[in-house]
Amino acid sequence: MGIAWFVVLSAFIFCIGAAGVLTRRNPLVILLCLELMLNAGNLALLSFARAYGNGDGQVFALIVMVVAACEVVIGLGLIVAMYRNKLAIDADEMSGLRG
Amino acid sequence: MIFEQILFFVAAAGAIGGAVGVVVLRNPFFSVLALVGHLLALAVLFLLLRAEFVAAAQVVVYAGAVMVLYVFVVAYIGGIEEPIGPSAGPLRVLGPLFAGVLLVEIAIATIGSGLRAVSSTGPAVADDFGSPEAIGALLLQKFLIAFEAASFLLLIAAVAAVVLAQRRRGLEEAGGETPLQIGRRPPTGPQAEDPAAAGSGGPAGRAIDERTPTVAQGS
Repeated sequence: MGIAWFVVLSAFIFCIGAAGVLTRRNPLVILLCLELMLNAGNLALLSFARAYGNGDGQVFALIVMVVAACEVVIGLGLIVAMYRNKLAIDADEMSGLRG
Repeated sequence: MIFEQILFFVAAAGAIGGAVGVVVLRNPFFSVLALVGHLLALAVLFLLLRAEFVAAAQVVVYAGAVMVLYVFVVAYIGGIEEPIGPSAGPLRVLGPLFAGVLLVEIAIATIGSGLRAVSSTGPAVADDFGSPEAIGALLLQKFLIAFEAASFLLLIAAVAAVVLAQRRRGLEEAGGETPLQIGRRPPTGPQAEDPAAAGSGGPAGRAIDERTPTVAQGS
């Protein structure tokens, strides 16, 4: 299977995720779409690692997974804090940082 | 070889279908479930790329732990049916347009790239390529700094999550202290203004910090 197929597939997934981040209003779904984009990056990293027969890209993908896990923890904590403070779970309503 | 191609196209269809499902589905709970399917299909693709350890970590960490966290938060907040579509603002039109432009740009960049390795199926690699032993040796020898930085980042994120989760309780404790402070303030106020009232109203039950101003005023 050609490496180019994997790279093009990762481009598709990345753009689907970008469209979701730009169009959805629920912060939870925006986080999910961010996961899509990070996973597309992971797929591209792994396919390039395969293309060069080098394990460095796989280590990079693991680090990306760690960063994604941290982002999920902080993002979900913020969403739960928004819910507890009885704010609207809507990215369009939450346009200010001061609170 | 033909089996590999069939597996690739099935997994790619699953991955793209899951990704579209995440964006299109209205209920966040179903979006999370679509993302789980997407991640499992991606793990199959990782296996096709000979990244066995990353595929296992994808299934265990991502589709297992992180998605359970998402499901918990969705269940806690409650599935809010969100209206999708051109509801308000120019971003509803510009968002998909921007994504399409981005796709065209990335497609041009990948197809037009002169990388000879991309158009091949990759070189022949050793049997232990992508195995836990190889990844572990790389992590602990060549990328030790990145490994330690990642662990430190996880620690910081865990502490931040605890702080974020405890913020509300801290506010409630502060709110519970406020009546106590209000109830303690008025005795000190008249004492500071009227020494006679302080002298008459100085029973043994007063706190030390309330008696101190009267002593200071008496002297």
